[in-house]
Amino acid sequence: MSLPPFQLLVDAHWHDVARLAAALAPPGEAQDVSQQAWTQAYAAYPRLRTADNLRSWLLTITHRAAMDAHRARARRPSPVGTLTEPSAAPVSAHASDGTRAAHPRIATGSDPALSAGSALSAEADPALWAAVVALPLRQRTALALRYICDLDHATVADHLDTTPAATRRLVSDALAALRVRLTDPSAPASEDHS
Amino acid sequence: MTDPTDLAALAARLRSAPAPAVAPPTFPTPQIGYAVHDTSVGRLLLARRGDDGPVIASLYLKPTDENHSAAGASTEEAALIRIAHNTGPRILRRTAAFDDVRRELDSYLSGARRDFTVPLELSLATAYQRVVLQTLRRRVPYGARASYGALAAWTDRPKAARAVGTALGANPLCILLPCHRVVGASGALTGYAGGLAAKEQLLGLESRAR
Repeated sequence: MSLPPFQLLVDAHWHDVARLAAALAPPGEAQDVSQQAWTQAYAAYPRLRTADNLRSWLLTITHRAAMDAHRARARRPSPVGTLTEPSAAPVSAHASDGTRAAHPRIATGSDPALSAGSALSAEADPALWAAVVALPLRQRTALALRYICDLDHATVADHLDTTPAATRRLVSDALAALRVRLTDPSAPASEDHS
Repeated sequence: MTDPTDLAALAARLRSAPAPAVAPPTFPTPQIGYAVHDTSVGRLLLARRGDDGPVIASLYLKPTDENHSAAGASTEEAALIRIAHNTGPRILRRTAAFDDVRRELDSYLSGARRDFTVPLELSLATAYQRVVLQTLRRRVPYGARASYGALAAWTDRPKAARAVGTALGANPLCILLPCHRVVGASGALTGYAGGLAAKEQLLGLESRAR
């Protein structure tokens, strides 16, 4: 058994790792979580015993790195004011503005036709990300693994350490909650957003 | 109460949403770094240990335009898999780590340089290929040509001309180890990983600069 050159994994999967990190990381930490996941993957890679499901392996590492970041944040007596985005990344300013500046767009985004249209566009979707990260962590984990990563219910259930049936309910509740949040962005902010 | 088509559209939107504000990962010095280098004789994939260690590969890549014939050239992915097979899989693109190699190759190809000083390592060659390639390096200087039979005789296996040809065909350090200087007994160019046009160009370059 020989493993593919690591760069091929990076090229094939960094977007998915970034999307999962963006959905699961504490505010402002998506870049760190993604980087952390890749650093851990590079370190562990030669010891991997099978080249099957490398994508799933990377997403598992990313999920774990995000949960570690939440635990680290909970341990830190961090002031609420540290919701800063890394200033070097130009798109991040865009995303952090998303919650407020994109209010008009959130309204149009709840239109089914426009939602379907935006699914095809390659543009960043700040309103969507703002709504995703406003969901409670377990809901957004289920949602991210099922839809952002396109994993099946059984695999998501493994990640969440629960049954496929419970996962199915969790995912559908999360999707409904996301829809509510996109329709009415002034819905009460969830506990882990600030 | 919720409209199922709306939810399906929302799921589709989640599937395709690009990540905001996340740049590609960066890595410290890898076990093996590689870069692609375009030259006047074709596109090369260069690989080395770390960011400044010995060069272990200089392989012709298939040109994007198909008119260019290069029988031994491989795709980038195939070249990386060949390297990984010998060195392990910790291989990363390091575009900026090859300035010294690029400079020496370019100055050789412009006729300004006759040999290379960057350290080389034959870790992608078998024991026999190593013997043949080292003999080549010692015995066939810039501007000279040798036949497969002559190289076989120098490696003490005078009947092994065909095996020499195969060993040269597997040369992992194209141009840096000058397998283009080996031609058929009749003087015919026979084969080359970068294509016969590249071989002709390299031999022409060396004979003019002589």
